[in-house]
Amino acid sequence: MNALADAVPKFDIPTIEYAALAPILIVLGAAVVSVLVEALLPQRYRRSTQLVIVFAALVGAFVAVVAARGTQQIVAMGSVAIDGPTLFMQGSILVLAAIAALVMAERKVDPAGDSFAPRASALPGSEDEQVFTRLGWLQTEVWPLFLFCVGGMLLFPASTDLLTMFVALEVLSLPLYVMVGLARRRRLLSQEASLKYFVLGAFSSAFFLYGTALLYGYAGTVSLSGIADALTNSAGDTGLVLAGVGLLAVGLLFKIGAAPFHQWTPDVYQGAPTSITGFMAACTKVAAFGALFRVLYVALGGIRWDWRPMMYVIAALTMIVGTLFALTQTDIKRMLAYSSIAQAGFMLVGVVALSSQGLQGTLVYLVAYGIATVGAFAIVTLVRDSTGEATHLSQWAGLGKRSPVVAAAFALFLLAFAGIPLTSGFTGKFAVFTAGIQGGATPIVVIGVVASAVAAFFYVRVIVLMFFNEPQAEGGPSVVIPSAFTTLAITVAVALTVVIGVLPQLVFTLVSQAGTFVR
Amino acid sequence: MSPFSGAVTHAAEAAPAVTAATGTFQLIWLLIALPLVGAAILLLAGRRTDKWGHWLGLLASTASFVVAVLLFVAMLGQSDDQRTQVQHLFNWIAVGTFDVPVDLRLDQLSMTFVLLITGVGSLIHLYSVGYMSHDRDRRRFFGYLNLFVASMLLLVLADNYLLLYVGWEGVGLASYLLIGFWFFKDSAAVASKKAFVVNRVGDVGLSLAIMLMFVTFGSVSFEGVLGSASKGSQQSMTWIGLALLLAACGKSAQFPLQSWLLDAMEGPTPVSALIHAATMVTAGVYLIVRSGAIFDASLPARNAVIVVGAITLLMGAIIGCAKDDIKKALAGSTMSQIGYMILAAGLGPVGYAFAIFHLLLHGFFKADMFLGAGSVMHGMNDGVNMRRYGALRTVMKVTWITFMMGWLAILGIPPFSGFYSKDKIIEAAWSVSPVAGLVTLVGAGITAFYMTRLFAMTFHGEARWTDDVHPHESPWIMMFPIAILALLSAVAGFILNLNNAFVDWLKPVTGLEEPQLPFSSAVLPIAAIILVLIGAVLAWIPYATRAVPEVAPAGNLLTRAARADLYGDAANEAVFMRPGQYLTRWLVWFDNRVVDGVVNGTAATIGGLSGRARRLQTGFARSYALSMLGGAALVAAALVLVRL
Repeated sequence: MNALADAVPKFDIPTIEYAALAPILIVLGAAVVSVLVEALLPQRYRRSTQLVIVFAALVGAFVAVVAARGTQQIVAMGSVAIDGPTLFMQGSILVLAAIAALVMAERKVDPAGDSFAPRASALPGSEDEQVFTRLGWLQTEVWPLFLFCVGGMLLFPASTDLLTMFVALEVLSLPLYVMVGLARRRRLLSQEASLKYFVLGAFSSAFFLYGTALLYGYAGTVSLSGIADALTNSAGDTGLVLAGVGLLAVGLLFKIGAAPFHQWTPDVYQGAPTSITGFMAACTKVAAFGALFRVLYVALGGIRWDWRPMMYVIAALTMIVGTLFALTQTDIKRMLAYSSIAQAGFMLVGVVALSSQGLQGTLVYLVAYGIATVGAFAIVTLVRDSTGEATHLSQWAGLGKRSPVVAAAFALFLLAFAGIPLTSGFTGKFAVFTAGIQGGATPIVVIGVVASAVAAFFYVRVIVLMFFNEPQAEGGPSVVIPSAFTTLAITVAVALTVVIGVLPQLVFTLVSQAGTFVR
Repeated sequence: MSPFSGAVTHAAEAAPAVTAATGTFQLIWLLIALPLVGAAILLLAGRRTDKWGHWLGLLASTASFVVAVLLFVAMLGQSDDQRTQVQHLFNWIAVGTFDVPVDLRLDQLSMTFVLLITGVGSLIHLYSVGYMSHDRDRRRFFGYLNLFVASMLLLVLADNYLLLYVGWEGVGLASYLLIGFWFFKDSAAVASKKAFVVNRVGDVGLSLAIMLMFVTFGSVSFEGVLGSASKGSQQSMTWIGLALLLAACGKSAQFPLQSWLLDAMEGPTPVSALIHAATMVTAGVYLIVRSGAIFDASLPARNAVIVVGAITLLMGAIIGCAKDDIKKALAGSTMSQIGYMILAAGLGPVGYAFAIFHLLLHGFFKADMFLGAGSVMHGMNDGVNMRRYGALRTVMKVTWITFMMGWLAILGIPPFSGFYSKDKIIEAAWSVSPVAGLVTLVGAGITAFYMTRLFAMTFHGEARWTDDVHPHESPWIMMFPIAILALLSAVAGFILNLNNAFVDWLKPVTGLEEPQLPFSSAVLPIAAIILVLIGAVLAWIPYATRAVPEVAPAGNLLTRAARADLYGDAANEAVFMRPGQYLTRWLVWFDNRVVDGVVNGTAATIGGLSGRARRLQTGFARSYALSMLGGAALVAAALVLVRL
């Protein structure tokens, strides 16, 4: 008997730290339940059930994040790190996702029902589609996709080996590709955005995977700390490392939307349903920056002098490209897309600072930016004419005269993007730029300050347009009064933007408690 | 000896003790809160407050002035070294070593500003009740004015640079809103945009300065930065100083960022008087004087300040000579006078106190003249062309007399106000560098020319009124503030100069040095007065005694250049705008053809035709992929190059 037992190779039962992993597990579990709901429940119960599941999962996961505070350990057999920065980012993602979910749940602004296609697989403009639209079909399939996506986002910044990170990247990306294609209006634009995002996303994933392979070839492991150790012992061929780092960086910078890997951003942001745009613009950025920080600081800290100049170039390029192109935009969603590129550049300043101040500054910036972004896109969903959302800038003229409250909220978000004092954006910019100068990246900070001065111009231009210009004479868009969902989302976003601006202490205390990455 | 041979000294080394505010001084926060609440009510409550909104605005500003007077009296009751009061309100940001409290600092320097801002501000509020009585947006106007007063007070009361920056942006916002107050006029909309853009350039300077300070000193508070400025390396002091100078240039319309001020005259006249003459545009002078310790530690930065001041002083004066628009002539004069102050601030402790002295007195006489100009415009159907004025002394007696006080004050005729401060600036400038001294002297002569020209064209000579104009005196509500300001223009300088009262009052904050002159101290005042008289006579003869043509003659090269603001705009256009326009045009093209985009016209959004969108959006994914590949090559190259 014993001989038989000895003959079978020993199998270590993997240990899973359920408490530390609870946020991820709750959301992914809810996603599975959500799929079952889609499959099993009759149509009329689905929406309410899905909403209960989604918000229960988000709240539950947030509670789990709070409960896990202070954790500083590597769990799940060395593939997930639950540490201060991870928990801060997970908490931010959950809050931002909850605000975005409120906007997605809106069913009052579009007279046809909601902002998602009655059947995404129908050919745009086809007879099928017209039939579904006429029948007033409403789908809830966006919710399981949303939950899977959030689950991936929670895992992405927590992964401590490159394969887990890749899996998380795909888990968050694949649902996003589909969600981008779900817009009810302008179907073709939406589907094309989806396809484009998919093709380019797959392309960038390939870069990421190839980079992983090269780093494995160098270090003999895919774990971040293993790679760091190999670099310290400087074993193997450095050519492999450099190539691996470059390819890995391309994959991550693509998700961030940094130049020159940014071109998908305006097309996708414009084509996606606006509520989804707000969600992905805010949450994807948090998750991707988390992963970028972890890879660069934990695994590649030993060769920081090699990748730092490269990140200098990327950061400068991103700020310049984002700002300059935003100047010429006439579509509000495209303008916000280019603005988000510029903002990514400002955040990269925190990355090149190479310090815990840089990390903390970027975390603050991400939260400030994310909240304003979700809020701004939520307002874009409200300005509509008979064909749907009115996104051409000329249609926004004089909005402040007809809907002063909505226009004032939008103006607040724009001022936050511009980094005007007493808004959250100023807090974030100041933290990042100061960290940059302390880290010796003064030239980049100068570019950043100049770029943000230029950027203020196009933000303020929209404010001027809304408040000082005469509205279009006939057939101009109007602001739809939304249901409690969107109202709540915008209110929360406005309140947080002001609070973080006036009392930045609160969020600074949180990030300083977040501490540093665990290895 | 270098041309700027003034030795770098640290006169204010014995910094006055800082006292935590108690008793009356706990009211400091009210100074800001009162107008802020006024602004909030007026801007948020909307049309409901239309009927009484302007009175509320006036009340808020006046109440703030009353508090200021109370504080002033309380401060006089303290001994010299106990006058710096700091009120801690709450902690704004405190992260590790980075600690920014919201602290208000009331010392002699900020007290001076507070009195000027609330005092002149309240008078101008009162004046505006009359001036804006026909404007249906008068309430909004008062809301903006209150917002301005609150922000400006925050700017001068802040105890650290970050809080100062908040006020700095606030006054910029208020200025922008007020220049564009009549936004339905294209020129006003364009002017406000220009002011915004130029001021942003200056703001870049301030934000860089603040970050450099934090990195150098680990603090952004006045005490933390200025207390250890003498220990910092000269190089970093120079960079911080130059960044601060850039900020000052933007806000105070100094060369090379001067161009917005002339256009800013599109705003209502009370705004020109309050913001673009008496208070906001002098914020740059405040910034430099407040940061004196940094400039004391860097001779190059100080010399840069002197050069900027000198250039602007002459530019503004020359522009003022050629303008026929009464407000633009006054704006040129403001530029020039602020040039005096900036120059004085660049001289170091020998000039700081006089820069502020001149700033205060200039606040009085320039506000007086701007309000006077407003009164003239009020009587002339809002006409601003001085060639269609003339002989107004006959119909607007009070305006004439009050304007005359301002005119004599700016000329520097003793015992009118300007004499006491300008003369000291000339002396101080001469003691540091004969070049700077000569510039200030010549400037005084040119000032006399253009101000006399303005005064004579408006009030003397023959009437050249257009037919439909029936000039008349303005109502008392407008004339009363002017009269007070005229009185101050006439006597304030004399009174404040008794026993050097004002300069002694400021000394604990700014430091003071006696200028050392190579000749008797009587030479300069006499030379200045002779130059002023020559300038005045040269202007009086053609503009008061001879007929003034109603259409401007072609003029010589310099006149034409001055009319075109000495080609300030042309330079801006060539250096910034044209390349910018080409860039944007190229970007639009690039965005359309190469990147993608449903950018142009109304195509996608109004039409909403998916077919069209499709045509524009097909087949570009591969070019994106290609550029990603290029980006990857760039990344690889950057990594490899570092290794080489």
